[in-house]
Amino acid sequence: MNDRDHMFEKLKGLIEPFNKKGVDITPETTFAGDLEWDSLTVMDFVAAIEDEFDIIISMNQQAEIETYGQLIDAVAKMTAE
Amino acid sequence: MSEGVMQADKPQDQKSEGKDLFSKFDDTIAMRANLLASGVEDPFSLVMEKVLSPTRAICNGRDTILLGTYNYMGMTFDPDVIEAGIQALRDFGTGTTGSRVLNGTYQGHKECEDALREFYGMDHAMVFSTGYQANLGIISTIAGKGDYVVLDIDSHASIWDGCAMGNAEIVPFKHNDIEAMEKRLKRIPEGAGKLVVLEGVYSMLGDVAPLKEMVKIAKDNGAMVLVDEAHSMGFIGENGRGVVEDAGIMDDVDLIIGTFSKSVGTVGGFCVSNHPKFEIMRLMCRPYVFTASLPPSVVATAATSIRKLMHGSDKRAHLWENSKRLHGGLTDLGFKLGTDTPQSAIVAVIMPDLEKGAAMWSSLLSEGLYVNLARPPATPANMTLLRCSLCAEHTSEEVETILGMFERAGKAVGII
Repeated sequence: MNDRDHMFEKLKGLIEPFNKKGVDITPETTFAGDLEWDSLTVMDFVAAIEDEFDIIISMNQQAEIETYGQLIDAVAKMTAE
Repeated sequence: MSEGVMQADKPQDQKSEGKDLFSKFDDTIAMRANLLASGVEDPFSLVMEKVLSPTRAICNGRDTILLGTYNYMGMTFDPDVIEAGIQALRDFGTGTTGSRVLNGTYQGHKECEDALREFYGMDHAMVFSTGYQANLGIISTIAGKGDYVVLDIDSHASIWDGCAMGNAEIVPFKHNDIEAMEKRLKRIPEGAGKLVVLEGVYSMLGDVAPLKEMVKIAKDNGAMVLVDEAHSMGFIGENGRGVVEDAGIMDDVDLIIGTFSKSVGTVGGFCVSNHPKFEIMRLMCRPYVFTASLPPSVVATAATSIRKLMHGSDKRAHLWENSKRLHGGLTDLGFKLGTDTPQSAIVAVIMPDLEKGAAMWSSLLSEGLYVNLARPPATPANMTLLRCSLCAEHTSEEVETILGMFERAGKAVGII
């Protein structure tokens, strides 16, 4: 399992409690469209990621992240820094 | 349009059908149409034909008790305040027609800022044309590129818009969650500027922030602190300075934002501060510079009202009594409220859904009671709320009348 696959599985585990519709998560899955998350859910999910990786993801950065694939890349980049 | 009303400025030659920019509002238009089709009066188009006092008005032809005006201290009909406004109208005219930094600073604006400095015991005070502009202006100006704004997720729209207008990194935390705030503050990169934005009273549920703990953590982590006291000024704290005064931390906050459109009883906003460089805001803050200043009558009524609020301890005590009685009475009737205990002059009644909420609102209006219907997305956790704000001028008998109205309406709609 390479780093990206590892990150894919790790973040997927964090999504599950918020994946109320049971959507199949792929790199193309969108948070607003496919998962239909509102701002409160987004905040709780972001908090879970931040606590897991000890990083901070500002709303400005979140605005650039629309799909699950983009999230994996962003978190991978932040944890590498 | 320049050449005349019969001729458009731009060519009318439209070859293709453009996209209707209003189509993005279709969902809201449909929701509103559905609500009105259920037969309720339109909650967002109420007209007050006559205003009899801070607590009574004729609404849609009915004598109505006002329980949703934020007119906490009932200053809108104070004879001294009205007299000051009339005098200023006669002496200084109807408006300044200019910016505070050009021709729009009159004697009255300085006197209003003097009253604020005295009220808060602070070195500097800056008056804006609205409370919205005060938050918009101060937050967007002091938090710049590379800085971080850490704020409560339930912050008022004016705070969010101040964040959106600036270039800082925006980091929200869960409502009133001390630990969540601290974690985020500690993860901000070293060397970055930090601003923590909090409110004394949150307007939707009427709950108070744990300011003592939060401000200490903010300061320990090198952040500057801004507190919006819009819903606590005049009422909370020994001298009515707000939750910050009540928590005993007046010296620890860097900026306090407030409004004249609640306890003060007119319109306008302000920021007070002890920061030695605060006065430069008058030149840097665009929502202060690029708008006309408040009319002379408004600043005269504000200054007079603020000075009277300094000595309003009897009214504050009666307002607390009203808040406690309404909160206790509604709880006993079986309504679900936004807070377990009365924490401010706001009592929020949680409705099961928007339809029942609108029906209850409409039923209360028929009884002769006006409250605010608050609905998503303005509310936390997508709740529908009937938000009641008490006034020091509500008599104890009026509060009992209000409870009777809630009981009848609640039973009619099937909520209790």
